[in-house]
Amino acid sequence: MAKRRITMRNHSAEANLFARRTFIIFMGVLILILILFNNIYSLQVNSFEKYQTRSNSNRIKLLPVAPNRGLIYDRNGVILADNKPVYSLAVIPEQTENLQESIDEISTLLNISDDRKKSFFKSVKRKRRFKQIELHPRLSEQQVALFSVNQHKFPGVFVDARLKRYYPFGKLTTHNLGYVARINRKDANQLEIDGKSENYAATHGIGKLGIEKYYEDILHGTIGHQEVEVNSRGRVIRTLDYKPPTPGKDLTLTLDIELQMIAKRALAGKRGAVVAMDPRTGDILAMYSNPSYDGNLFVHGISTKDWNKIRNSKDLPLINRSVQGYPPASTVKPFLALTGLEEGIITPETRVWDPGWYQLKGLPNKYRDWKKWGHGWVDLNKAIEQSCNIYFFDLAFKLGITKISTMMERFGFGDYTGIDIHEESSGIMPSVEWKRARYNKAWYTGETLSVGIGQSYWTVTPLQLTQALTTLVNRGKRRVPHLLKSTKERSRDSDIEEEVIYEEQAPLVLKNDKHWDLILNAMHRTVQEISATAHAPFKGAKYDAAGKTGSAQVARIKQDEKYDAEKTKENQRDNAMFIAFAPYNAPEIVVSVAIENVSKGGGGTNAGPVARQIMDQYFGNREIASSYGSSTIDTDDVAHHHTHSPLQHNLSTSHAE
Amino acid sequence: MRNNNEAQEQTYSIWQKLHIDLVLLLGILSLMALGLFIVYSAGGQDIDIVYRQAIRLGVALVVMVAVAQIPPLSYKKWAVPVFVIGILLLVSVLLFGHVGKGAQRWLDLGFMKFQPSEIMKLIVPIMIAWFISQESLPVKKTTMFFAFILVLMPTLLIAKQPDLGTSLLIASSGIFVIFLAGASWKLIGVCVGLGSAFAPILWMFLMKDYQRQRVMTFLNPEQDPLGSGYHIIQSKIAIGSGGVTGKGWLQGTQSQLEFLPERHTDFIFAVFSEEFGLVGVGILLAVYLLIVMRGLWIATHAQDAFTKLLAGSITLTFFVYVFVNIGMVSGLLPVVGVPLPLVSFGGTSMVTLLAGFGMLMAISTHRRFHV
Repeated sequence: MAKRRITMRNHSAEANLFARRTFIIFMGVLILILILFNNIYSLQVNSFEKYQTRSNSNRIKLLPVAPNRGLIYDRNGVILADNKPVYSLAVIPEQTENLQESIDEISTLLNISDDRKKSFFKSVKRKRRFKQIELHPRLSEQQVALFSVNQHKFPGVFVDARLKRYYPFGKLTTHNLGYVARINRKDANQLEIDGKSENYAATHGIGKLGIEKYYEDILHGTIGHQEVEVNSRGRVIRTLDYKPPTPGKDLTLTLDIELQMIAKRALAGKRGAVVAMDPRTGDILAMYSNPSYDGNLFVHGISTKDWNKIRNSKDLPLINRSVQGYPPASTVKPFLALTGLEEGIITPETRVWDPGWYQLKGLPNKYRDWKKWGHGWVDLNKAIEQSCNIYFFDLAFKLGITKISTMMERFGFGDYTGIDIHEESSGIMPSVEWKRARYNKAWYTGETLSVGIGQSYWTVTPLQLTQALTTLVNRGKRRVPHLLKSTKERSRDSDIEEEVIYEEQAPLVLKNDKHWDLILNAMHRTVQEISATAHAPFKGAKYDAAGKTGSAQVARIKQDEKYDAEKTKENQRDNAMFIAFAPYNAPEIVVSVAIENVSKGGGGTNAGPVARQIMDQYFGNREIASSYGSSTIDTDDVAHHHTHSPLQHNLSTSHAE
Repeated sequence: MRNNNEAQEQTYSIWQKLHIDLVLLLGILSLMALGLFIVYSAGGQDIDIVYRQAIRLGVALVVMVAVAQIPPLSYKKWAVPVFVIGILLLVSVLLFGHVGKGAQRWLDLGFMKFQPSEIMKLIVPIMIAWFISQESLPVKKTTMFFAFILVLMPTLLIAKQPDLGTSLLIASSGIFVIFLAGASWKLIGVCVGLGSAFAPILWMFLMKDYQRQRVMTFLNPEQDPLGSGYHIIQSKIAIGSGGVTGKGWLQGTQSQLEFLPERHTDFIFAVFSEEFGLVGVGILLAVYLLIVMRGLWIATHAQDAFTKLLAGSITLTFFVYVFVNIGMVSGLLPVVGVPLPLVSFGGTSMVTLLAGFGMLMAISTHRRFHV
């Protein structure tokens, strides 16, 4: 049947039909191949650049490289902030022969705790096998040496060095330099807002306080990049290009670390601050607040124990007292006397009778002098030399608060000095408006009297006192206190050093320039006259100093009650203040000192010697300094007392020396 | 042809006695050699993978030569029983099959695993060609209808596994036979119409979620660049970044750095395009076209309707492989698991493919020794 059908077939017709169909389908094949080719053509020719870019962005990654942070030096080139290598032990699991065995053996060799091992194995599970994982964050020199000798036994394990900040002087510089610590979420957010995140992509630490924070941008430098080829899992295959980071600039500060050391020694065992400045430039030569704390503790992340110790210390080491407000007490009397002269209230010859007390007409309150029986007739010189309260009660009453605060504001009281650290307080210069805004209360004349002796609401920072005194000794020429002297850019060929130029401020112009001389002369006499209040501390000095003492009352003394330091609680004892400058004819240094809660005496006996030691060091006659009460040994911490905030102020009568 | 001169008879005779078609052989061998180089590059420059591929190619070539020795007319005898057995095997795969990669494709015979859908790629064209060539061409409507049913049975069974790529290849191998047998254009038009009407039904009821996802991804791969669109995006980047001359052998970053998935199997064409560029692609397509042309030449010169239809179908199915794979890798078609024939790394399909070429060679070389 089948055979018969086949014989009936028209073979050539079938072949023709088949050939036609094959031809049609062959044309179809050709068209489809052309479509394929055309599609590949459009990918490889028309869109070549697009896909080449995408291919490159797949494989090329930029790895950020952190710049080295600029170093910080004192004015004589002594290093204050250094970058020191810190060694960590890292492991690339993939490259080890037997991870568990290697880690066990190393842990025994280097005495690594089980906790570290445990957290190491935890991160091994999380990370890719070709990524390096830290086994120990900080090896000692001994551990590094021990490992290096045995390194050949541990493939895939190596010592990784990273630069970390180090402050060789520790506590001595913390309040000025601040410190660098880990970038936390808040810092990261701020960097994001400022558009600096990219520059910090590889950076671990950021300046948290002081100079490190203020000049963060200069110190940090610019990030570099390593261009690498990676595979689809992110493993680095090879380096294609390297753009090195630009290191941050080195800073040279105006500080003299030796003077700083003297300041620390002079304040040992006390709570207080010293600021020394060159009035010709505004260079801060020394600025020290005691007690202090070690900034190095924060660089590696401070332990809870250390942090609690610092935070809970009753001496409040975290506070930078040189920029915190204290009642200025009698140290501002020269400025008030100048105001009196300027306003024509007094002349150098104006005399006031001091019976030991001052009373406003029709009021029962008696405002007392520190000398119970009074100074008798007092003129300008005697008022400053003897720090006579009655004279200044009278002067303040006649001036009124508005004239006082207006003039004091011209000296910078109640305002920021503009120093290059962020921790500064503005202090308080009270005025009618201020009291209205702050307490919504009227100003009382009694408060004006207190302001007349540097009490009441009035607080000034030791730094403000230094700045105001600078304006005084410069006869109106004002200086911005500053810590930065010059910057240095390290480059391959040579270093580019750049001196920082500080703009001059509008001068304080008096109606009569003679008034400057009258006040400066009175301050000179305060030190030079044997009976004057600031004479004792500068006895025998080989330079010609001038100054003013102050003793700020912290506790309120009741009417007719006598202050007795020994019977008063430690934290309610008086604060000792002192300001000084030298040489008298051409001042090179101004110093202000504040010491909290002194046990005996006032500014002259407590704060004066501190100013003396600073100046002795500055003028280079240490022999005298050693003979003068610097027997206190360099102990870091103050004995345990209660303390109060340095901002605390009370208004009442004062008892200056 | 029978009146060829003596000299020609003798030059052909050695290959003819071996039943080898020289043109096809050269085409196949050059693609295989090229494939080994690209597999080396795509397989992470691992020489072991090249050895394994070479062994497979060797086995496949032996199978090809062995199949070429069987006279094509003897297929006719076996067409029906083998087809029936094939269908039964497909049913048993669905019932007892071994699950691999989310689909049932394998029968575990104890000593080896066996994929019945692979041999169906050869059995279906034989069966349809035999069925249609029972009557003289052009094919009649009723015959065509039954032929469709015969094609549909294995196609649906394989689609159910699910293995869309293979069922597509098997369906097209049967449909090519019907077309070449002279199905009337009117009927073709009706079928195309019915086919497009059937498409939504296919979409709604027959396609699995992952298959629908593939189609969606194909329409817009950038929608999910790290998920379902990743394959096709990386593949297009590889091809496009190759440019005119390519990045050079072993220099393709998309493949060497492992951004491209399935590099040495389904997406090997992307590796090739990246490293050899448009020039390489042109040459590759030319070699494929050469093989297709030779296959069609063998078909038109075959002795009878059965061998003509069979040869045409085998050749065109081979081309479907090429078109679907390259179309998918270059983003012209949705992702369907079809390897690039003779080049992709992989075993089973290579053996079936070369058995098909063995049949082509048998048709080409046996024709003067029978009837």
